[in-house]
Amino acid sequence: MSAFSALLRREFSLAFGRGGGPLLALAFYACVTSLAPLAAGRAPETLAAVAPGLAWLALALASLLSLERLFERDYEDGALDLLALGPIPLELTCATKCLAQWLATGAPLALAAPIAAIALGAPVSLAPLTVLAALIGGLSFAFLGGLGASLSLGSRRGGMLVAVIVLPLFTPPVIFGAGALWAFGEGLPWASGLLLLGGYTAAAVALAPIGMAAACRNALS
Amino acid sequence: MITAVQIDALALRRGERLLFERFDLTLRTGDAVALTGRNGAGKTSLLRAVAGLIRPEAGSVRFEGATGALEAETARAEGLHLMGHHDGLKSGRTAREELQFQGQWTGAKAEAVDQAIETMQLTRLLDIEVRRLSAGQRRRLALARLVASPRALWLLDEPLAPLDSEQRARFGDLMARHLADGGLILAAVHDPLPVQTREAQIA
Repeated sequence: MSAFSALLRREFSLAFGRGGGPLLALAFYACVTSLAPLAAGRAPETLAAVAPGLAWLALALASLLSLERLFERDYEDGALDLLALGPIPLELTCATKCLAQWLATGAPLALAAPIAAIALGAPVSLAPLTVLAALIGGLSFAFLGGLGASLSLGSRRGGMLVAVIVLPLFTPPVIFGAGALWAFGEGLPWASGLLLLGGYTAAAVALAPIGMAAACRNALS
Repeated sequence: MITAVQIDALALRRGERLLFERFDLTLRTGDAVALTGRNGAGKTSLLRAVAGLIRPEAGSVRFEGATGALEAETARAEGLHLMGHHDGLKSGRTAREELQFQGQWTGAKAEAVDQAIETMQLTRLLDIEVRRLSAGQRRRLALARLVASPRALWLLDEPLAPLDSEQRARFGDLMARHLADGGLILAAVHDPLPVQTREAQIA
């Protein structure tokens, strides 16, 4: 247990520093969401209609930012050997890394998501659901992103590769999350979208660590 | 605790290339073995295979404890230290943070970590970021976990390379003490170690 908490603390502090940590992710998020209206046209009603979706899409992109280095640093400096030989299973170690990534960047982004959505013209009443969906979706982004990061270990230009591996896997959470927000805005039943998002996230949290550990073992051998 | 390591007819392959085959070696408590061989012969790979990071092409690595054969996975997780040529330290964190993490991760007690700081003469380096340390200082910091968390089998890959002559002598004393306490050392080296060793050549 002390090994687990030591790892979580280490990963959290590394995630805070990695690629600028939450500040850079937030700045990127702000840039993307303020570019969107310039591209989509200035008419408030068109913008308001797509606001939750845009905020959600920008969230998926911002989650990608610091993923590249999630395993790469440990691989390069030899720390991955130490982690692989550690007292807890490698699957749990990988899951801990993703959890720390989510705590350090996913959670701050989730808090910024409703601000972005409202700034784009979404109704204020949508804010609580936006935070909730972004928290749940962010967790699946972190775990799927970790899977992409571990699979791209040892390749040059890993960052682009991570994006190409991960973005297709981001499709379901983007559909379910944006769908729930849209349905809420239209006054339709929205719970099913949120439940599907939760189900997909649960599957990602359960299955991605197996893939991550296998990819790490493969990279180390 | 590991009291013997038995390597039987080990063959390792990296990609298409067969590094070596039919390699046998037995290490018992108190033994230090210096692995020698030309560059690329497979010294590092052998150490990583013993640590379980590389799957052998053929042959086996077995661990024995005082009461008989040990389960390999447990023996590896609790009974060995692997010190590769990378130090496994994070450049952006301070020496203290890294040392504390490595101590907790390998199950060292807090007093043992303090003791290791003294033994490895790290007190003055503790608040410095790892990136500002010299290669020798980094190596000392990495070796501190061997001191802080007592484990029987040390797998060392060129452990002395970045150390100066004084530190080499100090680490020699540590290795001698480790062997006297019943430890086992398997080290890949080019220069002889400052302790009594057997030599095992990888052809």
